[in-house]
Amino acid sequence: MSAVEEVTSEAPAVEAVPKRAMTLGYGTSLVVLGLLIIAPMFLKNFFVFQMTMLLIYALAVLALNILTGGSGQFSLGQSAFYAVGAYTSAILMEHMGVNYALTLPIAGIICFGFGFLFGQPALRLSGIYLALATFALAVAMPQLLKLGFFEHWTGGVQGLVVTKPDAPFGLPISQDRWLYYFTLVIAIGIYIASVNLLRSRSGRAFMAIRDNEIAASAMGVDVALYKTLAFGVSAGITGVAGGLGAIAVQFVAPDGYTITLAISLFLGMVVGGVGWLPGSIVGSAFIIFVPNIAEHISKGLSGAVFGVLLFLVIFLVPHGARQVAIVAQQLIGKLKK
Amino acid sequence: MTQAQLAQGSSPLLAVRDVSVVFGGIIALNGVSFDMHKGAILGLIGPNGAGKTTLFNCLSRLYQPSSGDILMEGASILTRPPHRIAEIGIGRTFQNVALFPNLSVLDNVRVGTHCRSNSDIISDSLRLGWVRRGEAELNKHVHEIVTYLGLDDVAHTIVSGLPFGTQKRVELARALAADPKILLLDEPAGGLNHEEVHVLGDLIKRIRDERHVTVLLVEHHMGLVMSIADHVVALNFGRKLAEGTPAQVQADPDVIKAYLGSKDQ
Repeated sequence: MSAVEEVTSEAPAVEAVPKRAMTLGYGTSLVVLGLLIIAPMFLKNFFVFQMTMLLIYALAVLALNILTGGSGQFSLGQSAFYAVGAYTSAILMEHMGVNYALTLPIAGIICFGFGFLFGQPALRLSGIYLALATFALAVAMPQLLKLGFFEHWTGGVQGLVVTKPDAPFGLPISQDRWLYYFTLVIAIGIYIASVNLLRSRSGRAFMAIRDNEIAASAMGVDVALYKTLAFGVSAGITGVAGGLGAIAVQFVAPDGYTITLAISLFLGMVVGGVGWLPGSIVGSAFIIFVPNIAEHISKGLSGAVFGVLLFLVIFLVPHGARQVAIVAQQLIGKLKK
Repeated sequence: MTQAQLAQGSSPLLAVRDVSVVFGGIIALNGVSFDMHKGAILGLIGPNGAGKTTLFNCLSRLYQPSSGDILMEGASILTRPPHRIAEIGIGRTFQNVALFPNLSVLDNVRVGTHCRSNSDIISDSLRLGWVRRGEAELNKHVHEIVTYLGLDDVAHTIVSGLPFGTQKRVELARALAADPKILLLDEPAGGLNHEEVHVLGDLIKRIRDERHVTVLLVEHHMGLVMSIADHVVALNFGRKLAEGTPAQVQADPDVIKAYLGSKDQ
């Protein structure tokens, strides 16, 4: 949490920035949005698929950011919520013939419930102990999905194949492009809702708990309720991301949702800047593209190259993309003068 | 003073009844009783370890008394969890300032209104009409308090960078945002210089008069307590040593004895 603390205290003392501290200005938002809308029109299907995954992981990183950056609770168990969302969508589509778009809110609600319930025992833990408890959840999830008891539904070790949806109304675009724009609309909706949430009374309660639980409680904030709500919201968004992921990849299997995914998401959050929502997409880009870049540099040592690149990022910009954004803002400010 | 005396006949706003707190064999508070009357400033004094902070923590429900009762307008507060104390009109500040360091002054004060407002995560995420109207109303109230305490210049500043004295005022603003009936102040003069203490005393009196708040002042700084309190309760070793007007308590031989040698610390 010290990351957030230090970044915000570095901000110039008298300027009125904090209102936007967790988001981007309108101008920048529009430029990013424009790029996200236009870019896929000129890209090959495979890159469009990668951009879809970029948005999906950005949603999962955003969800973790609400939990950690917002309410100050750690989680290394996001892969478990992602898996539940993915399996919910896959099972509903393949076993029950539910429309893919309808499976997403259901996945979100189920994961919200799951996260809210998991938040109850987690209330007694904080800091690294909470991280360990969520770690246990992430380790247990793939094995639970392999259980013979659920095999009829989950497909056991084999997993489930999911049918990729066609563009509706006979639109003349490829399945990949359609899914990309579908994901983009959902991602924008969730991003706006998250920004609203963090700026509201509930969001202030989250941040009050993050900063000082006893003071929050003295102000009338029900600490236990808001901590579990934060877990619920985070799990719910992760579940929607998981559902979208299942549709995009066309396949769910237990080994796709191991602790590695949870750690990647955590990494994405740190690289993007803890508590800075727009950083989620930067973090997501890091965890999707940097391993590929590492592989280009050296096939045999891709893991080591990735490690070095990660180390460089942490060393040069410890507060992630947020720090880069602040520096850029200051530079632009100077140029204007 | 007159307000307090007028109210003396009626039932007290807050009544501490025979409260004892025991921590595994150590008696931190031993049968302490006193009343707080509407509109009064009550000073709670005592040397280090006298039980002032323990009593304070009972009032804000961080500690559960082993015996005795605390009544707010006739109803016990001991059945309430700590987060449901603010809503019955008990606000507090903290000894070493417990603000939300990464939030702006305005947001800190906004959190202070939490117990006076309603919302749910769905309506908040969608910014429904009633949420927007509620926020607009709340912002008016919050700005009024920020102006009242002279914090306009720093309203958008993150509090962790502010000077200590300003942070104390932010904490006061946060507590006032809930329109409390009783304001519990835990050593508000701690860390302030002579001039600042004087200003603080005037401010507390002004808040009492203009915002109709009853004040419980737990304080080491004798000068402050004696100059602004209407009524003083002195504690020592967990017991009530003396109670009365500042002049009476100051003249009490037991109080002089308890403070002797430590008065000028």
